Amino acid sequence: MRQSLLSRCVSRAALWLLASGFSLAVQAADLTVSAASSLSAAFRELAPLFEAAHPGNRLLLNFGASGALLQQMAKGAPVDVYASADQLTMNLAQQQQLIVPAARRNFVSNALVLVVPVASVHTPRVLGDLAQPAYARIAIGLPASVPVGRYTQGVLEAAGLWAAIRPKMIGAHNVRQALDYVARAEVDAGFVYATDAALMPDKVKVALAVPTATPILYPVAPVAASAQPELARKFVDFLMAAPAQAVLAKYGFGRP
Amino acid sequence: MEGAWVPLALTLKVAAWATGLNLFLGVGIGFAMARWRFFGREWVDALLTLPMVMPPTVLGYYLLVLIGSQGPLGAWLLQTFGVRLIFTWQAAVIAATVVSFPLVFKAARAAFETVDPQFEDAARLLGVSEWAVFFRVSLPLAWRSILSGLLLAFARALGEFGATLMVAGSIPGKTQTLSIAVYEAVQAGQDDVANFLVWVTSITCMAVLLAAGRWVPGRVGPRA
Repeated sequence: MRQSLLSRCVSRAALWLLASGFSLAVQAADLTVSAASSLSAAFRELAPLFEAAHPGNRLLLNFGASGALLQQMAKGAPVDVYASADQLTMNLAQQQQLIVPAARRNFVSNALVLVVPVASVHTPRVLGDLAQPAYARIAIGLPASVPVGRYTQGVLEAAGLWAAIRPKMIGAHNVRQALDYVARAEVDAGFVYATDAALMPDKVKVALAVPTATPILYPVAPVAASAQPELARKFVDFLMAAPAQAVLAKYGFGRP
Repeated sequence: MEGAWVPLALTLKVAAWATGLNLFLGVGIGFAMARWRFFGREWVDALLTLPMVMPPTVLGYYLLVLIGSQGPLGAWLLQTFGVRLIFTWQAAVIAATVVSFPLVFKAARAAFETVDPQFEDAARLLGVSEWAVFFRVSLPLAWRSILSGLLLAFARALGEFGATLMVAGSIPGKTQTLSIAVYEAVQAGQDDVANFLVWVTSITCMAVLLAAGRWVPGRVGPRA
């Protein structure tokens, strides 16, 4: 029976797709990295470096608030490496036995800053200025799921300002959303990391550096249920090594 | 568990306002589009239907650009009235109205187009004013279809998430609707809160659907 040209082409194409699918599964390993939003620019630059050092492997980046990423992992998302913006969320991950504690490392540090829209006429000189009516809306990450919000709440509570500022709080789901609110001038001020403020010098300006009680240290760890445990550890080692640290320093991250 | 009632009340308020606004906008514009032929009518129709097919986040972004403090409409509002729409429940109403408008508009236009013009002409012959022709002839004949469109719009406004999140943010008591509350509870790992909120939302939606079935039974359209 003579097959038509079309059906011959279709069956060839289908065979080719199947074959390529199988070969892909054998060759490359995809490493899924869930990282805090503040790391997005730096990790996007680090991904090709890692892929070049480990050919045949692809880095899949998943960014979000550390708390949200934890929930994804807890509900079974197939993640290989987890980098969070605070120790608390990583401790929660460790308690739930989601990560490999022996391979957990602190790989960068960061700083908390208060930013205002670049065209803003009011610039707070001390933290207490935020209680003034001129600052009606302040972008703060949701403390329940966003580390930068927890750091902010800690600082404000220690300064006795939390009760005054809380009613003005516009909750952000991750630090980049807080930054975006300030950049669009929809809020009068916002608390973000120094590294985030450095990304938009044309839209936000740093009003104050906000010292936190404990240093902001970012931990990274391979995920316990990972399908590529050795590759995951290699990524953690890669982050600790000099080339990656140089890239992170370029974005304003400090040494761990 | 009391945490569900505030978002529920807020969600119902926003959805009610959005549906109310769409009652006037959707029916009015639907009638105009059904009765008035002009060049480019189908293009305008497609434009007005766009919010229904566009992804809500895209719509939310357009709204943010338009009514944000730096947008054309938002800047004018800020300068003239000192009003900032973003992060208010009114912005949530605007988002819900825009996404559910096509549901009412489409239903209204189709309904008015199926109204036999002979009834309206007969009324005019009897000396009835144009307003009365609309309210006493056209609207009653089209009412059932419009009502089903309104109920769909209400349900859509209840569940609106993407556009609302963009322009209204999530402020408990002011703009945190049920969908956003569920999202945040899941992000924060508060599964019990999320479960309760989901139950409340589901029961509310079931109630709306059952009410819809009661008020708009079977046949829709003009009765011969």
